[in-house]
Amino acid sequence: MRSIILSTVARAMLPILIMFSLFLLWRGHNEPGGGFTGGLVAAAGVILFSLAYSPRAARRVVRVDLKTLTGFGLLMAAGSGTVAVFAGKPFLTGVWWKLAGPQGSTIELGTPFFFDLGVYLVVIGVTLSILFSKAEEEERP
Amino acid sequence: MSVLLALPVLLPLVCAATAMLFWRRLRVQRTIAVLTALGHLASTLALFVEVRRFGILVARFGDWPAPYGIVFVADTFSGLMLVTTSIVTLAVTVYSLSSIDADRESFGFFPLVCALLMGVSGAFLTGDIFNLYVWFEVLLIASFVLMALGGERKQLEGALKYVTLNLVSSSIFLAGLGLLYGSMGTLNLAQLSVRVAEATDPGFVTMLAMFFLLAFGIKAALFPLYGWLPSSYHTPPTAVSALFAGLLTKVGVYALIRTFTLVFTNDPTFTHRAVLLGMATVTILAGSLGAIVQRDLRRALSFTIVASVGFAVLGLAVSGGASQELATLALAGTIAYVIQAMVVKTQVFLLSGIVRRLSGSFDVARIGGLYASAPGVAILFLLGALALAGVPPLPSFIPKVAVLRAAFGEGLGVYAGVALLGSLLMLGAVARLWSHAFWRAPMERPHESDDDAPVNLVFRFIPVTGLTVVLVLLGVGAGPVFQVATEAARQLLDTDGYVRAVLGGAR
Amino acid sequence: MTLLLAIVIGALYAGGVYMMLRKTVVKLLIGLAMIGNAANLLIFVSSSVVRSHPPIVPKGSSAVPAPYADPLTQALILTAIVIGFAVLAFALALVKRVYGEVGSLALEEMTVSDE
Repeated sequence: MRSIILSTVARAMLPILIMFSLFLLWRGHNEPGGGFTGGLVAAAGVILFSLAYSPRAARRVVRVDLKTLTGFGLLMAAGSGTVAVFAGKPFLTGVWWKLAGPQGSTIELGTPFFFDLGVYLVVIGVTLSILFSKAEEEERP
Repeated sequence: MSVLLALPVLLPLVCAATAMLFWRRLRVQRTIAVLTALGHLASTLALFVEVRRFGILVARFGDWPAPYGIVFVADTFSGLMLVTTSIVTLAVTVYSLSSIDADRESFGFFPLVCALLMGVSGAFLTGDIFNLYVWFEVLLIASFVLMALGGERKQLEGALKYVTLNLVSSSIFLAGLGLLYGSMGTLNLAQLSVRVAEATDPGFVTMLAMFFLLAFGIKAALFPLYGWLPSSYHTPPTAVSALFAGLLTKVGVYALIRTFTLVFTNDPTFTHRAVLLGMATVTILAGSLGAIVQRDLRRALSFTIVASVGFAVLGLAVSGGASQELATLALAGTIAYVIQAMVVKTQVFLLSGIVRRLSGSFDVARIGGLYASAPGVAILFLLGALALAGVPPLPSFIPKVAVLRAAFGEGLGVYAGVALLGSLLMLGAVARLWSHAFWRAPMERPHESDDDAPVNLVFRFIPVTGLTVVLVLLGVGAGPVFQVATEAARQLLDTDGYVRAVLGGAR
Repeated sequence: MTLLLAIVIGALYAGGVYMMLRKTVVKLLIGLAMIGNAANLLIFVSSSVVRSHPPIVPKGSSAVPAPYADPLTQALILTAIVIGFAVLAFALALVKRVYGEVGSLALEEMTVSDE
C-alpha cells in the first residue's frame, strides 16, 4: 500500500530530519542532545522513508554500506579516546584545539565531538541494519 | 600506564570495527582476528608483569577521579584471568580458521569473537559495578549471536533457552544495581566496599547480596540455576562452544568472587557459609552426576563445566571464615582452580570437535576404537580428562587439595566429603567417556556427515596441542602457580589495599 | 508519587512473571520486556523522585540550586534501555527464526536441544 500523503511528507521530511539530527549532534556538545539522539533522528528519517516507499528504495537513498558506517564510527570513537593517550593523558580524556574562525573568533574543537560523531555513525548504522535485515526477510518469498 | 589497562578492551574493539570495514573479505578478517588475539595476549602479559611489579594498577578514564569517573582496576587476580582469557581466545581463533564454515564467517564470526573478547576483558578489569553490567551485556549479546549463528534448529532452540535465562539474570542484576545505588549512593566497587561495611541495616545489605548472587549464579551456572548450560552449550559449532566453555561461566565466577570478597562481606555466616556453600556443594554433585549419565560427548563435558563451577565457588564459600590463613588458602585454591579450568574446558571441547571429525559422531555410544586409529588424540584427550577429574600431576589437583584442606580446617568436613565424592564421580564420568570413545573395539563408522570433506586438521591440532602444553606446564609448575594464586588471594582479602589503590585519600 | 511508582513496578514484575510462565515464546518475550522495564523503573525510584532542578550549574553561579535531580540514575536507565532494546530486537529476530524452523511457537515443542 502506497499513500501519496505519506510519501510526499517522507520525501520532504528526510532532509529536514537529517539536518535536525546534525543540529542535535552539534548542540549535544553543551546542551541536551548528542550523537545518540542525533543518530536516532537521522535513522528515523530513513525509516519513515522506507515505510512510505520500500526498504529497497530507502537502501538506495542511504548509499553507503552500513557495515562500513558502523565500523568507521566505532573506529572514530575509539580513536578519539586514544588521542589523549598520545597527549600523555588518561584514555578518553578530552583534548581541545583552538581553531581560528571567521572575523577573529575562535572555534574550540575537541575529541569529545569526534567521539559523539562516531556514536552518531554507529547508531545510524546499527539501527538501519536492524531495519533492513528484517525488511529483507519479509521481502523474500 | 593507563593505556595498558585500556588495551585489552581497545584492541578487540578496533578488531571488531576493522573487521566490519572488511565485511566481504574473509581472508583479511581472519588475519585481523589472529593478530588481535596475539596482540591481546601480549598486552595482558605486559599488564600482568606490571601488576606483579607495582601492585594494584588503576586507570581513571577521562581523567575523572574515582569514585566519580569509571575506573579500570587490575590486580593479580584479574591479571591472571586476563592472561588465561587471551590464551583461550588465541587457541579458539586458530582452531576456527579451519573449522568454521564460510557461511558463518561471512555473517561476522570474527567480529563477534572480538566483541566477546572485549566484553570479557572489560568485565575482568572494571572497578565499577554498573560498568560490569555493561560489559556483561556486551559479551552476552556477542555470545547470543555466536550461539544462533548458522541457524540450525537445535542451535536456535539452545539459543532461545540461553537468551531467556541470561535476560532474566540481567534484569535481576539491574534491579539489584538500582537498589544498591539507591541505598549506598555509589557504584564504584571500592567505595561500595567502604559504605557496605558501614551500612546501618545489615539485613538489607544481605538481601542486596542475594540479588547479585542470583544474577551471577545464573551466569556462572550454579545449582539450581544451571539448567540452561547443558541444554545450549552443545548446540553451536565446536569452536564456539569451546570459547563459551572457557570464558563465559568463568566471568560469572569472577563476578561472584569479586563482589563477595570486596563488597558483600558483612554477613559471611549467612551469605558464604549458608547459601554459597550449600549451592556450591550441590552444584558439584549435580554436575558430576549429570556428566556420568550423558551420552552426547559435548553434553557430558557441559556437565563437567557445572561441576567445576561448583568447585570454584566452594573455595569462595569456605573463604568466608574468620581465619585469615584458611581463607587465603581456600581463595588461592579457587583462583588456581579457575585458571586451569578455563584451559582444560577449552581443550576438551576443542578435542571433542576433532573426535567428531574422526568418528562422525558426538554420541559416545557410537564412537569407539579411536585409540587405535588416532593415538595422539587419545592421549591429548586423556590428559584433558584426567585434568577434569583432578588427578595428581595435572594442575587441578593442588588447588582442589587446598580448598579441601581449608574446608576441613574450618570444620566443614561434610561439605569437603561431598566435594570429594563429586571428584570421584567425575573421575568415573571421564573414565567412561574415554574408555567408550577410545579404548573399546572400533565401531562401525556412523553416517557420513555433510562436513566430512577432507580438511587440513593441522589448524585444529596446533591450538589443542598448545593448550595441552599450557596445561602440563601449569601442572609441572604447580608450586609457582599456587604461589601467585596465594598472592592474588591475599590481595583479594586485603580490601583496604584495594580501596586505597582506587580511592586514594578520598572516601 | 513513589508509592504509585512502587505499585506500577510491582504490577510490571507480576505481569512479567505471569507472561513468562505462559506457554508460547512470544509471551515469554513480552514477559521479559516487562521485567526489564520494571527494573528500569526500580532504578528510577531508587534515587528519590522529587520535583527538582536539572543538575546543571547556571551561568554566573558556582553551585547547583538546592534540590536537584540525580543525573546518574537517568544515565543508568538510558544505558539499560538501549541495551534492553538491542537484546530484545535480537530476541525477536531469534523467535522469528525459531518459528520458521520449528513451525510453532509453543515452548513444549522446543525439546530438540535437550534430547
